[in-house]
Amino acid sequence: MNRTLKFLIPLVLFFIAVGFLFKGLYLDPHEVPSPLVGKPAPTFQAPVLSDASKTFNSADMKGQVWLLNVWASWCGACREEHPVLMAMAKSGQIATYGLDYKDTDQEAQAVLDANGNPYKTIATDVNGKIGIDYGVYGVPETYIIDKTGVIRYKQIGPITEEVLINKIVPMLKELQR
Amino acid sequence: MKKLWIIFLLISNFAFAGEAKPLGDDPALELRLKTLSQDLRCLVCQNTTLADSSAPLAEDLRQEIRKLMREGKSDQEVIDYLVARYGDFVLYKPPVNESTALLWFGPFLLLIVGGFVLFRVLKKHAGNEDIQAEDV
Repeated sequence: MNRTLKFLIPLVLFFIAVGFLFKGLYLDPHEVPSPLVGKPAPTFQAPVLSDASKTFNSADMKGQVWLLNVWASWCGACREEHPVLMAMAKSGQIATYGLDYKDTDQEAQAVLDANGNPYKTIATDVNGKIGIDYGVYGVPETYIIDKTGVIRYKQIGPITEEVLINKIVPMLKELQR
Repeated sequence: MKKLWIIFLLISNFAFAGEAKPLGDDPALELRLKTLSQDLRCLVCQNTTLADSSAPLAEDLRQEIRKLMREGKSDQEVIDYLVARYGDFVLYKPPVNESTALLWFGPFLLLIVGGFVLFRVLKKHAGNEDIQAEDV
């Protein structure tokens, strides 16, 4: 083995290691990839917020691309996300449905009355059972579900403007085609 | 003073604590739950097991596991239930598959490569004893 090679190999290995570590700096360990992406969305029936006589049935969503946003009145990051959802609702690009996670109707309704309601319908998940089926481990979480009922994307944490422009909008364009 | 003490002792006698409430009605099931959930990760506080976590989601999941166990599901079926929803991340011991192959076999690979390099260096030195440490 010649001398230059003896120097170069460890140097190259060092830079590869640095590369991996550098990438690691920008990974969020709280973002756990969901095994449900690419799989059929779990179906559920749940009472509609503030109108328990009505039932939301996720099976009725077949044939359209829809967004399921898991939120709660007690969740701070949801308020951060709220203006983005409002803008989305205004643009009419997609039907956003809400899943009110482990919340009370009164408190959830109060938040919507104060800040506006970006949802077409809101289903309630009082005991968090639907959340478990969707692998929810922190609110807000958002799922994009395609016409055939398959989950195509999961957003963990609030939808920021950046996420909306770079990920959600292009994905919707592709799915709604 | 003595009288006061007697009165005090008599009064304090009434303040007995209620017996600790059992966590579940079935101790065998609780033990099974505890053993199993020690190998599962709580997704909210990620370095805590599902057994130790006090996060509301962990409580919900323990409740769900209790339910599944009462329905007669095996430990493996419970694990599959959680993995289907939350992914391999819930397992403290990662399964052997394509994405974890390097994690499992990487150390052995390093051992083989290291051993090979060491072997080469040692052999070279055994051949000519005169060459000094500068070559190492």
